[in-house]
Amino acid sequence: MFLAHVNPLQASIFSSLAIVSLLLTFVMLGSHWLRNYVYAFAAQSWLIAALSASVAYFGGYKELYAIAALTALFRGLVLPFLLMGIVAKLNVKREIHAILQPSSSLVLGAFVVMFAFVISNHMNRQPPPAAHVVVLALTIMLSMKFLGFLMLSVRDEAVSQILGLLVLENGIFLGSQILVPGMPLLIEIVILFDLLIVVACFGMLVRFLVVHAGTTSSRALNRLVG
Amino acid sequence: MGPQLLSILFLAPLAAIVLSLGVRNARIAEYATVGAAIIDIIVSVPLLLRTLSGSLFIAHNYVQVDTIGAWVIVCISIVYSLSSIYAVGYMRLLNEEKRLPVFYGLFSGFAFTMLAACVMNNAGVFWIAIELTTLISTFLVGFEREAESTEAAWKYIVVVSGGISLALLGTVLFYWGSSFVLGPSYAMTWVALRQSAPQVYPPLLLVSFLLVLVGYGTKAGLAPMHTWLPDAHSESPAPVSAMLSGALLNASMLGIARFLGVVTGTSVSRFAHSAVVGFGIFSFVLAAFFIVRQSGIKRLMAYSSVEHIGVQALGLGFGGPLGVAGALYHMLNHSLNKSLMFFGAGNAMRAYGSKEIRGIRRVLKVFPISGVLWLLGAIGIAGAPPFALFLSEFTILRAGIGGRYRWAAIVFVVFLIVIFIGFLSHFRAMYFDEASEPEIPRLPWTVWRTLPMWLAFLPLLLLGLWWPHGLWDIFHRVFLDVMGGGQ
Repeated sequence: MFLAHVNPLQASIFSSLAIVSLLLTFVMLGSHWLRNYVYAFAAQSWLIAALSASVAYFGGYKELYAIAALTALFRGLVLPFLLMGIVAKLNVKREIHAILQPSSSLVLGAFVVMFAFVISNHMNRQPPPAAHVVVLALTIMLSMKFLGFLMLSVRDEAVSQILGLLVLENGIFLGSQILVPGMPLLIEIVILFDLLIVVACFGMLVRFLVVHAGTTSSRALNRLVG
Repeated sequence: MGPQLLSILFLAPLAAIVLSLGVRNARIAEYATVGAAIIDIIVSVPLLLRTLSGSLFIAHNYVQVDTIGAWVIVCISIVYSLSSIYAVGYMRLLNEEKRLPVFYGLFSGFAFTMLAACVMNNAGVFWIAIELTTLISTFLVGFEREAESTEAAWKYIVVVSGGISLALLGTVLFYWGSSFVLGPSYAMTWVALRQSAPQVYPPLLLVSFLLVLVGYGTKAGLAPMHTWLPDAHSESPAPVSAMLSGALLNASMLGIARFLGVVTGTSVSRFAHSAVVGFGIFSFVLAAFFIVRQSGIKRLMAYSSVEHIGVQALGLGFGGPLGVAGALYHMLNHSLNKSLMFFGAGNAMRAYGSKEIRGIRRVLKVFPISGVLWLLGAIGIAGAPPFALFLSEFTILRAGIGGRYRWAAIVFVVFLIVIFIGFLSHFRAMYFDEASEPEIPRLPWTVWRTLPMWLAFLPLLLLGLWWPHGLWDIFHRVFLDVMGGGQ
């Protein structure tokens, strides 16, 4: 594992990229404006691309350069562009019915990160200095997962929910670059394309929702219960 | 012989997709789908027998046909055939003639992705195949384009994609854990995972397994991650409901079974089995309550799916040769029985124009013959002899009562009785209660809607009276190869 030979400079580059990505998730969590969600997501994707490139450079994994380019292209440009299109078309600028106020979701988010840290600390067996990066990567991977679920559950707008799902996958992406850079290329590429299909699919469903249910808020989805 | 069978298995639905979407003729699409499904069922049985003499490896080890995979392929092919025959009769009632070719294209595509998932020999690629099943089936769930079906499709894709991303995280952690044993870059085959698992740091292995269990459990409909299931199953067209319930849940169970096999024999084996039993019993009990107080006919069937997926999880969790055999036998029986139930429900819904149980009365007046089949199917799915589900549930019970999970086996028996009473009281009302409206609805008879019910019912009765000895060999082979029995 290349993390076993990580030097302080590399460790701090990886850590800072990962930490800023986590902070951007909090930006999404703490904002009412749909537009901000999309910007934060785009910035996060660029950071992940930068992370892939730096892992490729320091670890000698050539194929990660390709992943970095694909991440920047699809997750950094195409997906935000499509989502902006949906936001503009729907004419919904902000979350109106958020179940939790942004401030309370931020506090809840902080607790979630602590929980993720406790779990990650138990899962690690590496000696330092690799331990710092490993625990950090695991923490961020798990906490972005939890924060994504938090966004899914406290936000109603279809666009927020799509972004919540994308954050779920960004967390995995970020963690896997650091922990398992040797994972076969094939999988990562297919996941990128897979995401495109997801968004296409979602765009369609959002349209369906407007036409048939008259709203894009999932709060109106209450016909089927019990 | 094996590779040829496998290519026919995949080329048949592929040809059906191309024909349906290329020619754009509803009749051609119907017949192509039925033809492809029947070819699949004919091919799948020799493929299963072939795996008894060893797994089949193709395409640089990316494709592997082992016994458990081939068994699930047989179950999926059966449901694919039955529901494509039923679809011919059912979909014509919807007056969507123009969109039918697209429906059949998606239908075969759905079957194709599920079949593909069964033969993937790489945990990551398996995940992709399962995710593809979600993408395709979303459009099938929302096919009727009513507000309810759109709502169901939306919930389906959001809940299932969210859940399945946990499985991806678990898969990545499995890869990471094994990379300490196998080196930074290796092919994540099931065998590689299984061999390296005992040397992986136990807390890491446990977290990875739990993530995968929750992830694929969401897709399989284990409670409390089942929330999408009643909506998707009840709002999609009846043939799609049968595919979701009879085939898709099996493909997801396959993921749980394979990962459970990976951790069996390690130091976390005991905890992993307990977690599976826990989810199983929770699904079972929760489904029992919702079955008792259910008012929608297809939602009743959907909760019955939650129940039976719980039973399968119990079988796998109890483990041992009996538990594994019971779970796999249950998979086949449930596929047959649930297809029969959804076909009957589809017929009744169309005839009475109601999704509610109270809107359906005096079924035997409308369906003198297929109504009897539906009633017998209901008795079967509630777990009564002489139908096949009784045998498989009894086997799982035997596996549980003698082992560590006696408490779970006892809860299982108690709630089986609750479900039996609850389920059949709904059927008593539909068959024997007086109708409030005197007029008798009519649905024109067609062989397409009756034949698949017979084709599901007869094997169900046969398998309930006679457990073919050859099946024991298959189940035992799965137990030895995949579920840790060889250790």
